Amino acid sequence: MSLTYLEAIREAQYEALRKNPNVFLYGQDIGGFGGAFKATKNLQNEFPGRVFDAPISEDAMVGMAIGAAIEGAHPILEMQFADFSSVGFNQVVNQAATLYWRTNTPCPITIRLPSGGTAGSGPFHSQSMEAIYAHYPGLVILTPATVEDAYWMLLDSVECQDPVIFCEHKFLYYHLKSESFGNRELPIGKARIARPGRHATVVTYSAMLHESIRAAEELQADGYQVEVVDLRSVKPIDTDTILASVARTGRLLCVGEAFPWGGVTAEVLARVATEAFHLLDAPPQRLNSKDTPIPYHPNLWKAHRPTVASITDALRRLLRD
Amino acid sequence: MLMSRILEDKLASLYRAGRLVGGVYLGKGQEAYSAALGCQLTKGKDILGTFIRDQAARIAWGEPLLDAFRTYFGSVLGPMRGRDGNVHRGRPKEGLPAMISHIGSMTGVVAGMLFARRLQGRLGDAVGVVTIGEGGTSTGAFHEGLNLAAVEKLPLIMAITNNQFSYSTANSRQFACENLIDRAKGYGVDGYTVDGTDLVECLRVVSTAVRRAREGHGPQMIVASLLRLSGHGEHDDASYIPDAMKQSSVGRDCMVVAEQRLIAEGWGTAAEVESWRAECRSAIEKTMAQVTKEPAPDPFKESWRALSTPELAEGMWLE
Ligand SMILES: Cc1ncc(C[n+]2csc(CCOP(=O)(O)OP(=O)(O)O)c2C)c(N)n1
Repeated sequence: MSLTYLEAIREAQYEALRKNPNVFLYGQDIGGFGGAFKATKNLQNEFPGRVFDAPISEDAMVGMAIGAAIEGAHPILEMQFADFSSVGFNQVVNQAATLYWRTNTPCPITIRLPSGGTAGSGPFHSQSMEAIYAHYPGLVILTPATVEDAYWMLLDSVECQDPVIFCEHKFLYYHLKSESFGNRELPIGKARIARPGRHATVVTYSAMLHESIRAAEELQADGYQVEVVDLRSVKPIDTDTILASVARTGRLLCVGEAFPWGGVTAEVLARVATEAFHLLDAPPQRLNSKDTPIPYHPNLWKAHRPTVASITDALRRLLRD
Repeated sequence: MLMSRILEDKLASLYRAGRLVGGVYLGKGQEAYSAALGCQLTKGKDILGTFIRDQAARIAWGEPLLDAFRTYFGSVLGPMRGRDGNVHRGRPKEGLPAMISHIGSMTGVVAGMLFARRLQGRLGDAVGVVTIGEGGTSTGAFHEGLNLAAVEKLPLIMAITNNQFSYSTANSRQFACENLIDRAKGYGVDGYTVDGTDLVECLRVVSTAVRRAREGHGPQMIVASLLRLSGHGEHDDASYIPDAMKQSSVGRDCMVVAEQRLIAEGWGTAAEVESWRAECRSAIEKTMAQVTKEPAPDPFKESWRALSTPELAEGMWLE
């Protein structure tokens, strides 16, 4: 039997509903229809009265989730696509993110963002929003890259008393498979060495983990052992694990699928440059998408995001320096 | 409403004397309607989702004067501990969510509080009031929130105050429908209009709407017409309000109207009203004297942490 990343998301929600009577699901088309990606398939049948179709009102959906959290519920919201969470942005960053700090009232909500690009999805169904949300104090931003993490980190989110932005990658939904969900191995906020190495460190997250691992495998033929760090959580970022890896390798490339201005890769470079400049044997590098909206046609889309080829090139340049 | 007016006059003079930092936004002219809303609610059971001009509703609902003064003065003993100020205060767990500035955004929150209670089987006949200005009805958040509440048939009272101006913007630049209440039909909710300068009318209409919500008839929309009797904030002289409007019936001061009615009906005497005023003043002075002695927030004692889970806060890397 093999389980997909998407099944992990469904099963984690099943488990959350089963274990915690305060959990309910709210989102567009998630009831009888089971969601645009079927991430809530059958859950309305299995948990009557706890899985609700929402109107197309991202602002009110987040607002209502916050109100429900005040009353002790733990809503899991599904945004149909991460891109549409922009309409609920105000409630997330100004209401959910400030509630605990302003009023000492925790705001345990989980907002699932089906994120990232897939061929043919175009500018408004492909975005990666993690950096935008990470910019605001008061939010936890998770970016699982594996089936196991998709499952356990979603369950972690539902145990967390703070608002969690759960960025699940649509490209991984069906592609990524695993034999089981494994065990809960790392807490929120801990990165994982996905592939050990000693010549260079790639820090990455979400779908780019898999492209980066492939790039590292290509370089193995040239005799390079590239370490790949999967951040898992972009806020908090596990700076200690990054620094320890850079201490071993002396070289850093940070890879992200999001737009290049600022963002997670810039944050990682800034931390390494300020905390571990003396450990670097070469200027730290980063690789992101191009600075345009995300194109529709597969030829353009593939060239817009980092690929195995562009990561391999970037690593070759880094290793040559 | 008497307490509210006297308190707000005090706040205005503190502002002018430079003793309050930040803005001061008052509900002068709105006390009759606001108090009518607050006194229909029971603290501990009903929810009050305020806007900036609801001092009277807060008092009538049961918010202590201490919370008001402590928030204006930034006392660490207050509910906001100096982290937020003035009207941005509340106690969410007690049914008084602390408004954020973004207009319209409390609608969804109050809807969610009601929704969760119903889900947990403990809603009973509780209701939630959301107050908003006529300008606020132009926001997406208002529309989304009220529509959601209507779809869910929640006991939410959308209490709109048409005080003729949104900051300096007249109604002709704010909405194009003849009367805001016409929108109630579009949302599928009951609608009521009321003369917001008339306390007795406000009590009658608000109590009907609240009763209907308690009885399960879904969201209720009220539009009260009145005039804001102050600037948008105390920094604003409101010179854009035409004199003719001030002289018209919408410009009546609800405090004067209520006092005249009270005396005319024999519900109280002028001397009694005067003694209530004196009681209010003394409660206000006493509270203020206490709060001004309380400690202000100390940056060295602040946690500087926005998450409730300490392990997840990563401030040390970001400073
Ligand atoms: C979303 C948003 N936009 C702008 C503002 C700034 N602002 C605060 S109060 C106000 C006017 C509100 O007018 P109205 O809703 O009619 O209420 P009133 O002040 O007249 O009681 C404005 C523009 C805000 N707080 N929120």
